[in-house]
Amino acid sequence: MKVAVVTFPGSNCDYDLYKAAQQVGAEPTFIWHRERGLDGYDAVLLPGGFSYGDYLRAGAIARMSPVMEDVIAYATKGGPVLGICNGFQILCEAGLLPGALVRNSGLKFASKDVLLRVERNNTIFTSSYTAGQVLRIPIAHGEGNYEADRETLERIEEGGQVVFRYVDSAGDTTDDANPNGSWHGIAGLVNEGGNVLGMMPHPERAMEDLLGSTDGIGVFTSLIASLSALAS
Amino acid sequence: MSHFRLEIRVKPRPGLLDPQGKAIHHALNSLGWDGVADVRVGKAIYIDVAAESQQAALEVADAMCRKLLANPVTEDYEVSGISELEGAGA
Repeated sequence: MKVAVVTFPGSNCDYDLYKAAQQVGAEPTFIWHRERGLDGYDAVLLPGGFSYGDYLRAGAIARMSPVMEDVIAYATKGGPVLGICNGFQILCEAGLLPGALVRNSGLKFASKDVLLRVERNNTIFTSSYTAGQVLRIPIAHGEGNYEADRETLERIEEGGQVVFRYVDSAGDTTDDANPNGSWHGIAGLVNEGGNVLGMMPHPERAMEDLLGSTDGIGVFTSLIASLSALAS
Repeated sequence: MSHFRLEIRVKPRPGLLDPQGKAIHHALNSLGWDGVADVRVGKAIYIDVAAESQQAALEVADAMCRKLLANPVTEDYEVSGISELEGAGA
């Protein structure tokens, strides 16, 4: 399985993502934002970080990178694309996912473990989990407050596009469990085709017991299992 | 070709929570300005651009806003000022 890890000036989770892909048996390659061509890759991963210093809006300038034209073409053809944190922000800016990520409601940068409920396990990114499972995964962002207009929110809720929500230890969405003010506690969602996932929490930082959690592994094993099933 | 200075204002859309505006609102209240009803924080972007005419410069500004400077999901924009820069033209 060949996966592309796209890096931008200011990406800082690119090596974590590379290592996560290796850990589940994939063969990752870094693609610099000025490079072109994603043919031959089985999946494309956009890492977290602070591309272009978050100037203008988080992800707004990275979205104009040459490689993004290829990412958009790749996703439009149904290719699997995973964006984490800044990667999620870039996917929203690129219009591959609906809505936008704005300043956390508490104004503070939030860096801590959060609990996420898996809303759906019938996606290529979550098949290793059970629906309703609660995961412990870290977040680290200042702009993770998911916003969209009412019509869009209704559409993504009705279409079952929400994949992860912030919850408390009982598995319920509450204001206290919501670290950034996101609408409906949305932490991650897929596009209508289900081939593009954006999420603010960092599964690639929850891959080792030594680092406090292995709950992130499922995102990567799910993806590899789905790609293997497609290839066979 | 003439040169123009554009002032573009980008602000959070009505109804969208603006945490910065809210924090400033609280600060103004606590400094004694009880009459403050609302605070919204936006940004101003100044661009010097060469264009055939003022109308052409405004069209360029609008295209820039739609493509990059504002996110239509969360922000509104307006070109709030335009002036011709003397002596900069060819």
